[in-house]
Amino acid sequence: MNARFHLYHYASPATFYPLAGKLIPVFAALAVVFGLAGLYLGLLVAPTDFQQGEGYRIIFIHVPASWMSMFIYLVMAFWAAIGLAFNTRLSGMMATALAPTGALMAFLSLWTGALWGKPMWGAWWVWDARLTSELILLFLYIGFIALQSAIDDPRRADKAGGVLLLVGVVNVPVIYFSVKWWNTLHQGASVSLTQSPSMATTMLWGMLLMALCFWMYSIAVALMRVRTILLERERHTEWVKEMLAGETK
Amino acid sequence: MLKIVAAVIGRDLKLAMRRQADIVSALFFFVIVVSLFPLGIGPEPDLLRKLAPGVLWVAALLATMLSLPRLFADDHRDGTLEQLALAPHPLGLVVLGKVVAHWLVSGLPLALLAPVLGLQFDLSADALLVLTGAILLGTPALSGIGGIGAALTLGLRGGGVLLSLLVLPLYIPVLIFGAGAVDATVTGLGPEAHLSLLAALTFAALGFAPWAAAAALKIALE
Repeated sequence: MNARFHLYHYASPATFYPLAGKLIPVFAALAVVFGLAGLYLGLLVAPTDFQQGEGYRIIFIHVPASWMSMFIYLVMAFWAAIGLAFNTRLSGMMATALAPTGALMAFLSLWTGALWGKPMWGAWWVWDARLTSELILLFLYIGFIALQSAIDDPRRADKAGGVLLLVGVVNVPVIYFSVKWWNTLHQGASVSLTQSPSMATTMLWGMLLMALCFWMYSIAVALMRVRTILLERERHTEWVKEMLAGETK
Repeated sequence: MLKIVAAVIGRDLKLAMRRQADIVSALFFFVIVVSLFPLGIGPEPDLLRKLAPGVLWVAALLATMLSLPRLFADDHRDGTLEQLALAPHPLGLVVLGKVVAHWLVSGLPLALLAPVLGLQFDLSADALLVLTGAILLGTPALSGIGGIGAALTLGLRGGGVLLSLLVLPLYIPVLIFGAGAVDATVTGLGPEAHLSLLAALTFAALGFAPWAAAAALKIALE
């Protein structure tokens, strides 16, 4: 770090690429550590639930996946806003790189929810507010990916995707509340900041560790994806040619 | 400021009047889709009465979707859109004018036609009135939100299908409150709350969506 270091230093693809390369192993290792600790707590230490038996343990995948699916959408919208406001290339690529992971998390959340719902509620799927809004979130992810893949010019794809993300993020609360008033059956939120948690502390810790694991995994995978997007889009520039020439030697 | 909106509305209406077949085919699509449902699920009046609000609203969403790709495409093809973007007026107002014109030729006829179709589903007079009011109140929001989708997919391959993928999830609140208003009337709860929310959605959509659509158009025209 030299004295002239400033915030935008890593906004340039040429400097970001090696940085991302160095960060990926860190986040991947963190994901493994958190994942092992979370699974140990969740599957071996946490007590059996007196109502739901062992079946509740899917919560350690289900809740972190749901959290991440919502959080990733917000992060994408954040990058989209930065990209549209400051016209930075990297921001759009970050949003693009995050989208498949977000869609995967939304899908995982629905899938594990169905697996959990069948023994507990007796149905794979109910038209409840939170399930429905998670499904709509998955649609929003798919719409974003479809829009970007339909546009050939990457700069236009980034900007158009950015507008869609910002429109989507404004709509998410509207959709959520409209669906909530429409119907509700899902159990209340398990963790809340204002009330003391209603579950055993070990369960809570297991869930939080798993959420951290999913978070670190998402960062690592998004960075890997953004590196390949960078190479693809910047393949005509000098730094990519130099770097690739250096690697093949 | 209002002058440019009025001018765009007038122009788009004149263009639409010269191609009435487009308007009529979207309306017939609405009629056919709604008429297919009783054939598919059987003629029991109780069942039909229950399904009517949802069926009519989903058909209205689809019929609105049908005319959306043409909202900007014709003007884009002959270069008018670029001229409009170069004009000294904010592009958002131009889009607002186009959205209002789109509503006048697609949403308004749906509202006028809906009570007739509602009769086929054995809805009561009250419910028919609320259905018409809800479609009148809700369809401007559909045109507004749809405008964003139309601007984003302007000139893309497979634009029509992509447009529905982008826009239909955003239509869900309108569908919920629109069908909910009729439902609430049928069950005797009163439609006021649903109609107020529908009006709120419409005002929000007409106020904000044209600007988002204008931003998307500028990206498409770059």
